[in-house]
Amino acid sequence: MKQKDIAALLDEPACEHNQKAKSGCAKPKPGATAGGCAFDGAQIALLPIVDVAHIVHGSIACAGSAWDNRGTRSTGPELFKLGMTTDLTEQDVIMGRGEKRLFHGIKQAIETYQPAAVFVYNTCVPALIGDDIGAVCKAAAERWGTPVIPVDAAGFYGTKNLGNRIAGETMVKQVCGGREPDPVPAGVEGDGFTVHNVNLIGEYNIAGELWHVLPLLDELGLRVLCTLSGDARFREVQTMHRADVNMMVCSKAMINVARQLQERYGTPWFEGSFYGVADMSQALRDFARRIDDPALGARTEALIAREEARLRAALAPWRERLAGKRALLYTGGVKSWSIVSALQDLGLTVVATGTKKSTEDDKARIRALMGEDAPMIEDGNPRALLDLYKRHDADVMIAGGRNMYTALKARIPFLDINQEREFGYAGYAGMLELARQLCVTLESPIWAAVRSAPPWALPAGAPDTAQAPAAAPSSARPTAEHEAASHA
Amino acid sequence: MPETTVQPPEIVKRHKALAVSPLKASATLGATLAFLGMDRCLPMLHGSQGCTAFGKIFFIQHFREPMPMQTTALDQVSTIMGSDDAVVAGLATIATKHAPALIGLPTTGLTETQGADIERAVAMFRAKHPEYDHIAVVPVSTPDYSGSLESGFNAALKAMIERLVPKASIAGTRPGRRRRQVNVLAGAHLTVGDLEHIKDLLERFRLRPMLLPDLSDSLDGHLADTDYSALTIGGTRLDELAHLGDAAATLVIGKSLDGAADALAARTGVPDHRFPHLMGLEAMDAFITTLAAISAEPVPERIARQRSQLQDAMLDAHFSLGQARFAVAADGDLLAALTQLLAAMGAETCAAVAPTNAPALKHVAAATVKIGDLEDLEQRARAGGAEVLITNSHGVHTAERLGIPLLRAGFPQFDILGGYQRQWIGYTGTRATLFELANILLGRHKGVIPAYRSSLKQWPAAERNAA
Repeated sequence: MKQKDIAALLDEPACEHNQKAKSGCAKPKPGATAGGCAFDGAQIALLPIVDVAHIVHGSIACAGSAWDNRGTRSTGPELFKLGMTTDLTEQDVIMGRGEKRLFHGIKQAIETYQPAAVFVYNTCVPALIGDDIGAVCKAAAERWGTPVIPVDAAGFYGTKNLGNRIAGETMVKQVCGGREPDPVPAGVEGDGFTVHNVNLIGEYNIAGELWHVLPLLDELGLRVLCTLSGDARFREVQTMHRADVNMMVCSKAMINVARQLQERYGTPWFEGSFYGVADMSQALRDFARRIDDPALGARTEALIAREEARLRAALAPWRERLAGKRALLYTGGVKSWSIVSALQDLGLTVVATGTKKSTEDDKARIRALMGEDAPMIEDGNPRALLDLYKRHDADVMIAGGRNMYTALKARIPFLDINQEREFGYAGYAGMLELARQLCVTLESPIWAAVRSAPPWALPAGAPDTAQAPAAAPSSARPTAEHEAASHA
Repeated sequence: MPETTVQPPEIVKRHKALAVSPLKASATLGATLAFLGMDRCLPMLHGSQGCTAFGKIFFIQHFREPMPMQTTALDQVSTIMGSDDAVVAGLATIATKHAPALIGLPTTGLTETQGADIERAVAMFRAKHPEYDHIAVVPVSTPDYSGSLESGFNAALKAMIERLVPKASIAGTRPGRRRRQVNVLAGAHLTVGDLEHIKDLLERFRLRPMLLPDLSDSLDGHLADTDYSALTIGGTRLDELAHLGDAAATLVIGKSLDGAADALAARTGVPDHRFPHLMGLEAMDAFITTLAAISAEPVPERIARQRSQLQDAMLDAHFSLGQARFAVAADGDLLAALTQLLAAMGAETCAAVAPTNAPALKHVAAATVKIGDLEDLEQRARAGGAEVLITNSHGVHTAERLGIPLLRAGFPQFDILGGYQRQWIGYTGTRATLFELANILLGRHKGVIPAYRSSLKQWPAAERNAA
């Protein structure tokens, strides 16, 4: 990919980060960087398209340590769960056999699995040695009559976020508009009920949580032409250009997709979230507002009233159990406010929230929810998180999986909120699961036991829940502080 | 520490005529098991030959070992006319043929109903065969219509203590004369693996463990030098019993052993320390603290490390075990241990069943304990929405019908290998148990959202009719 194309992607006019001196897409700093590369971002953005053969063209580290580790789910094909890679060898690199191997790899994937399409992800080594994956894909598509789409997002191009954009751009430019949508199934429309087409961009169906939302959209007559990319089919991506409205779900990562669809096809878009009662209802209203159909508006309000009443009753006992509990939230971007809203709906106090990847707009929303002086966490290193947790006297830490063991080693309750989690929290129904999982960790009886020092290490008469004195000879592990500091 | 026994459970008595899929193993078998932990011993069940044959299969399948067990083989005549002669003849035969150190003589439902006076029969044998005075004979009353395996085990242990451990006043034993010896009365709920771990822990404190009985020395599944023996190979040696009174302390593991423990304390004066079980952090903290006190040794680094490993495992496992629902059926001590461990992890025992009433049931961490069978367990597990079943191998079909996984615990475990040596206790055993339970739950994919097939989705042709 050319440097100017990368610069163009980084200069995203629809992104608020562009209006501030500090960019959300700042250059990574050697020695102090967490997070994935462009290849990582491109792959996770598109991998949930379930009937595509996803081939990683490169040596083993790229696919070998990344395949089959996400919680996204499918209603049908499981092809996307197969890790496919050209697994380049030293000889391939030296002798320039990479392109040939890729060409045969595509053939093998098509002949063995008959995919709806093949996506080829470029990686650092073939990008460096100059493999022309675009030409190989073109030749392969002509040879076997299956769409073969190159996704040129080698790791060194930039961050995971850039990879998300490259992936989105690739879909808009090479796949969208490939065919017209199917007719609406017979018998659905009529009697004042019209079906409208929408896209959900940046919804990955983690743990199947889209299935908490989809029945409601069906009921309202909102046909999801495509989710980019949870449980999507290639043929759905081809019809994205025909939506009446696009929703950016909980993520800025593919904001370029929404903007370009607007520029090319005039589709309006909005940003929203399915987490929390307030945001879920807001998202449904935002659809109705942008579609000129009074009947849809009426249906939407009726459905919201019904669902909110039902949920309020179901949540009542949980709210009682969670009332007054204090949560420290550390997660990226949009979730920094959408989850705040969900937690507040459950009666928790959010004492601080992470804003590392948040835009100015996100921060404004946080202030609206948590007050003007809402504590925001810019730097989420483990040491800082634990200090904040203590300073704010929090009861539970809510963050991504990579922070789970920071919390557990410090012996504090934890809830996993990111991609790898196994529970779905979206939609009205997801709120109940969120409440349940919070109670599992908050109400667990283990905390006193796991914080207790061995009774034989205590000075006589000391309570058994005290921390082991650091100098005690038989204290086998460092105290929480030391442990966490060594991770920082 | 979490308070795991806040409220004693309501104990619901048996109220139906039939036991369906029984949970109970007889007291006779429990007594036999205790005798099988003694060296050069042959238990002879006083009953019809079926009593022994069935019991033998029961233990063979569980331990995958040949089982030295004999029978007084009552027939119609001895049943009606009196069975004393059968006891005398049986004892003489065994003494002549096998020269054991000990013959255990548990009674059965048949002989207790018949009214057999087992003590008198043994006295007759002694009078008639003084040449076998060096062979110990321990009769014990264990009809199968009373109690269960656990109580029979205690009865045999108590009988052995009363018959074979001399009173301090007579033998001149003195508590603490053997400074490093610690007696261990090990309950029937402990596996061979558990017993090995107890011995290992004691040895780390430079203590000399003297287990009574010691199934880990007789039924640990090792290959001995001899190819066949009609007697137990290994177990507690009888000559050690004379010196139990010289030990520094006695450790008693299992509420069911109170009777035996009282007898030993009364005869020897050795101070004892009683533990209901050794599962979980709290129970083990008490045990290790006691070992440190008895031995006056510092707690080894290795054990402190194992404790913190257990704490870490508790953290990792609490997500899946928290609010998970278990159905557990076992004899009292094991039931109390397992339910307390589950409660300490935030899991709920929604169905607890014990075969008979027992002292330990008061400490079961559940709202109720049903005295009953696996049918009761099944009904209660279904009503309570249990996610995992814990009981013996007979629970396989129960679990199948409930559609939930089974973790095998207790007697018998006939459909797997190695159940007898799985270690449940200690910091290490508890940790392994927590991992296993958490993995079982993870495999259940609880909370997974069912796939929703939208009628409006643009399905590919091949998928359109899949729903």
